This record gives sequence, C-alpha cells and structure tokens, in this order.
Amino acid sequence: MTQLPDGRYVDDAPYSDTTDLSALERSDMDAPNWVLVWRKFKRHKLGLISGIFLLLSYLMLPVAGFIAPYTPNERSADYLYAPPQSVHLWHEGEFIGPFVYPTTATADLVNYRWTYETDTTRPMPLQFFCDGDQYKLFGLIRSDTHLFCAPEGATIFLWGSDRLGRDVFSRILYGAQLSLTVGLIGITVSFALGIFFGSIAGYFGGKTDWVINRVIEILRSLPELPLWLALSAAVPSNWSPVAVFFIISIILGILDWPGLARAVRSKFLSLREEEYVRAAEMMGAKPGRVIRRHLLPNFMSHLIASATLSIPAMILGETALSFLGLGLRAPAVSWGVMLNDAQNLASIEIYPWTAIPMLPIIFVVLAFNFLGDGLRASLDPYKS
Amino acid sequence: MPGETLALVGESGSGKTITCRSVLRILPASAQIRSGSINFDCSGKVLDLRNLNERSMRSIRGNQISMIFQEPMRSLSPLHRLGDQVSEVLRLHRDMRPSEAKKTVLDTFERVGFPEPARVWRAYPFEMSGGMRQRAMIAMAMVAKPDLLIADEPTTALDVTTQAQVLGLIKDLQKETGMAVILVTHDLGVVANMAESVVVMNKGRVMERGPAPAVLGDPAHGYTKKLFAAAPIIPEVAAPARAEKHDDLILDLRNVSKTYTMRAGGWSKPMTVTACHEVNLELQRGKTLAVVGESGSGKTTCARIALGAEMPDPGGEVVFTPTKDAPPVKINAMSFTERVSFQRQAQMVFQDPYSSLSPRMRVQDALTEPMEIHNLGSRSDRREKAAEMLRWVGLDPSMLGRYPHAFSGGQRQRLSIARALTLDPVLLVCDEPTSALDVSVQEQILCLLEDIRDRVGLSYLFISHDLAVVARIADEVAVMRQGVVVEQAPPDTLFYNPRHPYTKALIAAQPEPDVSRPIDLGLVAKGAGKPSSWPDAFRFEGVAAPALTELEPGHKVRCHV
Repeated sequence: MTQLPDGRYVDDAPYSDTTDLSALERSDMDAPNWVLVWRKFKRHKLGLISGIFLLLSYLMLPVAGFIAPYTPNERSADYLYAPPQSVHLWHEGEFIGPFVYPTTATADLVNYRWTYETDTTRPMPLQFFCDGDQYKLFGLIRSDTHLFCAPEGATIFLWGSDRLGRDVFSRILYGAQLSLTVGLIGITVSFALGIFFGSIAGYFGGKTDWVINRVIEILRSLPELPLWLALSAAVPSNWSPVAVFFIISIILGILDWPGLARAVRSKFLSLREEEYVRAAEMMGAKPGRVIRRHLLPNFMSHLIASATLSIPAMILGETALSFLGLGLRAPAVSWGVMLNDAQNLASIEIYPWTAIPMLPIIFVVLAFNFLGDGLRASLDPYKS
Repeated sequence: MPGETLALVGESGSGKTITCRSVLRILPASAQIRSGSINFDCSGKVLDLRNLNERSMRSIRGNQISMIFQEPMRSLSPLHRLGDQVSEVLRLHRDMRPSEAKKTVLDTFERVGFPEPARVWRAYPFEMSGGMRQRAMIAMAMVAKPDLLIADEPTTALDVTTQAQVLGLIKDLQKETGMAVILVTHDLGVVANMAESVVVMNKGRVMERGPAPAVLGDPAHGYTKKLFAAAPIIPEVAAPARAEKHDDLILDLRNVSKTYTMRAGGWSKPMTVTACHEVNLELQRGKTLAVVGESGSGKTTCARIALGAEMPDPGGEVVFTPTKDAPPVKINAMSFTERVSFQRQAQMVFQDPYSSLSPRMRVQDALTEPMEIHNLGSRSDRREKAAEMLRWVGLDPSMLGRYPHAFSGGQRQRLSIARALTLDPVLLVCDEPTSALDVSVQEQILCLLEDIRDRVGLSYLFISHDLAVVARIADEVAVMRQGVVVEQAPPDTLFYNPRHPYTKALIAAQPEPDVSRPIDLGLVAKGAGKPSSWPDAFRFEGVAAPALTELEPGHKVRCHV
C-alpha cells in the first residue's frame, strides 16, 4: 500500500480491468447434478459405508446360491436344531487349513431337546468349489458348484440349523433374495403412483389438488396393519410362492404411495415458483413438458432420498406379514418366514440361533436409514 | 474514530460482509481468522477482539457493538412480537425490570420514527413493511446505546425513498449519541451521503482507503474509477426532449386494471387488492418504454398482463401488433393459434439470474428449448442458432456444454437474454433484469441490451425500480405508484422538469456519488408520504385520483387542472 499526500492509502498491486466474459467463475459447479451430489455424499462417512454395504448385499443376490453351502430346503434328519459350528484353522498346534469337527446329535429325553457332541479328534477340511445340490445361478443357469461345502460325514452349519435341519446361513442368503427385492418392487409401484398424483396435484393446484389431497388423507387414515393383513389374507392360497411374492410387494407399494405423493406435491408447489419454470411456461411449454423436463429432474434427488427411507418400511412390512404367516409361506424363504419358525419361547431360549434372521433385518434397515440420511444431506449442491 | 462513519464499499464477493462479521466473531463455522488483529476501544481500554474469550465477547455483542443486517425479514424472528425481541437486548445486558425495559423500548421506537410505538410493540414482523422492519432492527441495535454500529447493507432490500429515510435516521441517531458506524454498501451514492472515510475492497483486498472527499472526488485506484464510471446517476439535462410519436404502436395497454380478491378466513368479507388501476401505456415500435415504481406499484403485474400471463379485469384491453401491416391481436382474448404465435414474438427476461436457468440442464439444452417447444429446425440448426445467440451476447460458444451454475450472475443474465432471443422475438419485456447484479455488471448488461435493440430493432418494455438505470436506455418513462401511473414523459423531460411530488421524491432520493450533494430528505418525505399530504394540485383522498392530463406535449401528469 502506498500512501498519497492527501492521507489516502492505495493498493499498489497491478490492477487490470480485463475480464474474460466466458471464463467460468466456479468450475467445480460445472458438472451434472449427480456428480455434485456424489462429491458431497462422499464426505458423509456413515452414509458411504452403508451404501457400500447395501451395494455388496444386492450384488450378492444373484450368486447367493453359489455362496451358500446348502440349498434352502435341504433337510437333514440327523441334525435338527444343530448349534452353530466354528471353522478352525489349527488342530493341535498344526496348521491344516479351514476345517470343522464332526458333531453327533443325541436326544435328551429329560429336557426334550437335542444335544450335540463335537468330536475334536478328527479334523475334516472344508472343500472349496465343490459339487453340491443344484440351484439356479442368476435365477436362470443351473449349476451345482458351491463356494465351499461340508466334507463327507460332517456338516458346516455356520449359524446352526433349524427345526427341520435346514442350514440357517444358507437360508438367510436365499432369504435375502426375496426380502431385499420386495422393497424394490414396492418402491417402483409407489413411485409410479406417487409421482403421477403428486405432480398433477402440485402443478395444477385448485380443484385437482383438493381432490387428490382428500384421497391421500383418506388412504392415510386407514389403519395400515389390518389393511395389509386383510389384503394378504385375500390372496388365494393356491398361488405359487413367486406370485404371492409379487402380489405382496404390489400391495405394500399401493399402500405407501400417499406419503410419497404428498412429498412430491409440496416440492412441486415450491418449485413451481422458480423462474425457470415460469420462463418455460411463457415460452409455450405444455404442462407435461414442464413437469418432465424442468420439475422432475430437479426433484429426483429428493425422491431417491425418500425412496431409500421408504424401502426399510417395506422390508419390515413384508417381514411382519410373513412372521404372522400371512405373507410369504414355505417353500419360499425370506427372513420373515424364517422368523415364523422362531415364534415360540422354547426355540428362542433353547435354540437362540433360530432368531439370527433378526440381525440382517436390523443391519439392512439401519443401512438404508443411514444411506437415506446421507443422501438427504447432500441433496442440494447448489446452495452452499 | 468515534462519531464517524466508515464505509466499506465493494461488489459481491469482495469480503466486506466477512470482515464485519469477524469483528463480532459471528463467522460461519468453516471460516478461520488466520492473522491480523481487531482492536476495540471500550471506554478507554483497548480490547483485542480476536483473542477475547467467548463470555466477554457475548457481553460486547449487542451492548457495545451491535449489528444490523441486510434482510430484515430473515433477521427478525417471525414467532415473537417486536416488543419482545427488542427488549431481549435489555434483558441480556441490563438489569432492568420488565416495565422499565418496556418504557425504554417504547422511547426507542418513538426515536426511530414509528408513529404508534404501542402498536409496534404488539406487532409481529410479518405485519410490517420492509422499511418498518428495518427501523425495528435499528431500534433493536440502538436500544443498548452501543459505541459502534455495524450496518451490513441495511438499505439494499428497500425502496429508494425508504432507503433515504433509513439513512437519514441512522445519521440523526449518530449525531445524537455520538456512536461510530461501519456502513457496508455497494452503492457509491450512499457512501457520499453518509461516510467520512471510505475503504474500497475487491476480492478480499483493500484497493483504496482514505477520507471520503478525497476518494470520491478524485479516485486513485483503477478499481475505484471503474466503480465510479459504472454507477448509474440521474443526468443533469439542459433541455427537455421532444414528444415521442405514437403512431406505430407495437403494444397498447388500454384501461388495464387488475384486482385480486383474497379470501379472508371465516366470516369476514373477501378483501380486494388493486394491483393496477386504469393503466394506459403505449409502446412505439423500436423504442423502449420504461415503467418505474417501487414495490407494490403494480409494475410487475402490468408486465405479466402485457405478456398474457394474467388476464386484466373486464374493460381492459391489451393490443399487440407484431409488424406494421399485421392485424392487431388482443392479448387478453387470444385463440390457441394466436397464443402460440404470440409466444414466439414476445419474450421475457427475468429478474433473478440465479433461478431463471434450470440447474439440471446444460446451456445448450436451455438455449435450444424454445425452439424445441415450437418445433423449429433440426437438431444441428438449433445448435447453430444457440451458438450464434451466445456470440451476440458476448459469450463464447464453447459454453454450450457447461452447466449454468458454473457462471456468475452477470453471465447467467446474458444466457437468459440469449435464450429470450432464440425465437427472434419483436417485443422483449425486461422485468428488473439488473436489480440482482453488481453495479459494474449492471452497466455491461444495459449496454448489451441497448446494443441488441439497435441491431435487431426490438421494442422493450423495461420494468425497474431505479430511475437512474432507465435514464440511459429508455425513450419514455412512466412512473407508477400504488397501481396508477402518476407521470409519464421522455427521460430528459422528466429529469428536466419533474412535476409530480412523487417523481420529485424519487429523483431526490437517488443517492449521488458526489459529497457535495447529499439527499434532500425534506423533498423525499414530501413526495413519499400519503397523497393527502401532497400539494393541492395533486392531492386526493381515498381512490379518487385525478386523471392523467397532458401538461406539455409528451409530458403527462396526474393532477387536477
């Protein structure tokens, strides 16, 4: 700073007035919306971890049959209610590789329970990429190669077996296929209805808005659980498990759309006042075009965040229905169906591993909640 | 210095708000003060504000140093009454009984110019107008009699006449209490009226600093000179202009009125709000008609009615003649095909550059959208046209692939203008296109608009709240107040000989960057008040306004003859 004689200070760094009109002011904002959202989301550690966990879970679904040592309905009469087995690496100080000890079941007629004895003298190594029962990879290709399976004469019940001798671990993996996808189908149905009704209510306002609002309120005031139960009880019992599964998902989606429609409507009401919407209207754009090209894209990230927070509700809903015996039924396997077997106190107290299916439900629901939270926090990259 | 006003001048992003907030240490969480010192002379003791502990800092905030902010609506809590909010300052810093505090607050309300202090005590912020809310904020800042008042752009969101009154109030209070004021502003005129010393900032650095007469009279730094050159002023005119011809009109608003009925809840009668009342505006082809008014004057409603976005009340007509030989079209009663062709011929440039472009669409998509909607040309044709429009507005066609949020406000406004031009319209309605921009960018956009008008032969309907901005671009100016046109004339005539007291108030309230010409508050107060306080020729009660009479050729004034 130089000081002038009249007491002023002037900055003496060279000042040039030429500014490039086309220069970017903020080059970090020159990216499509998903890139900006991703940048913000990456910093939300919990959301990121949950996202990765869910991604891996969903990627595992098509190859669940390969990873599971048993097929879901493979029974074993000798090993009812077998406790979880551990995989050892060292036998008497010597490194053998992954192996299990064989177990034998004896019936305890005094306490009416099965007790198991482990024979710790004979280590039996696990087989990898072995042949087991047949399953369908990706739902289409028949295969019978499993990642690992039990050696002859022993069992590999990582998380124990249930009352019919079926492996809990394998059933959980197969159950994931149904439990995790019921949320997706339900969400699709809910989205389609919710976006449609919410957008026309929010965009047009007036009488359409009024009518749709009343419909939403009526649907929301109906008691949810009895309605679910009634609708799923109405499903004919002679339908195949897959058909029942689809119907259950669609029912859950139909009952969930009012919440989403309300969120869409309120967002539309605020977005409608944005000037780019008015500019498009003044240019002559039809309402469909305005909604499709201007309103929905700007709202998509909110919808995705809402969806990730609605999926857990659907998973819990399906679990609850199957637990009560009104949703999916055997031979289909989902986490809710597995919990159905764990309904009595005896099985929880004496054979606690039958209640393990609760854990994946908790983890998945928590993961979706954290993911949704993280997404919501990174949704609006345009407001610093 | 105590008793002095220091003005911090700079455009957006220059760091003036951050500087003020660091004095009170109310910076955002991610900001850190890395170096330097802030010393405050608190009744003889010099305190280092940077390293003071939080408790002592709290006892200084509101007590010895207080701050008023730019947006009074956001700075006042909507859930509490004004009286409670202002007396909170006293409860925190003084040991007063509630009755004593109430008396002090009412005295302060009277001092800041509220005509009914008791009513304001009970009122909520949303019941007050912008100027009154800002007065309430000043009361809240003044009630503990601080030594230093930091005013962060206190009048930017206010009308010109309200701005003059609020600035006058700050000056009076300063003389009375002897407190020092730091005034943050981007307007050199405000600086000239208020400040003894000036600091000019740019991009976080101080460009020039010194006593106001020196800096404003003879700027030394290039940036200060640029600010000066860009500041819009009402010119001194030597002679009135000739009357404009009105033979070839492109847009004719005849007797347009618009009333809104608002349903008051329950059993009360519905309230009617008159947005504009019997407005007659004629826009000559190839010329610019500027409609100037403060908030609530109905100018935006007129613009929307002119574009067919709203219907005028029965009896009003809007007639649009696209070319000289084309048949006139009634905008308020268009058929579908007429509407489609009208939407191609008339376009609008919006006020807020930050929300007039969808953040999800690339520049190319945004510019080609009008052509897509009307199904014009093939894909490559549209792209060519978009590139050409970008060149017209002075931008590089390489911007087509980028997203609008990467650009500054001025660049985005250029993109808006380019989008409006893609359909080759004949009429452009500009709704305060420069209000949200910095002063230097404002000047560039106005130049651009003039350039385009001369090149293509467009006609403009230019809406603004600033007379100085329209002085250079308009061929005719209509001044509106509360829904009626009070004076209409070419700008030179208007500035040479303004007749209506409201126009005189608007001209007098415009701050000039000349230290020797402060705002004449008396003139502002006379014109900005109620119509019953105007001179006899213009006075009226209620809604019985006199008719618009032509006093001289081309100069219409609303007065009794």
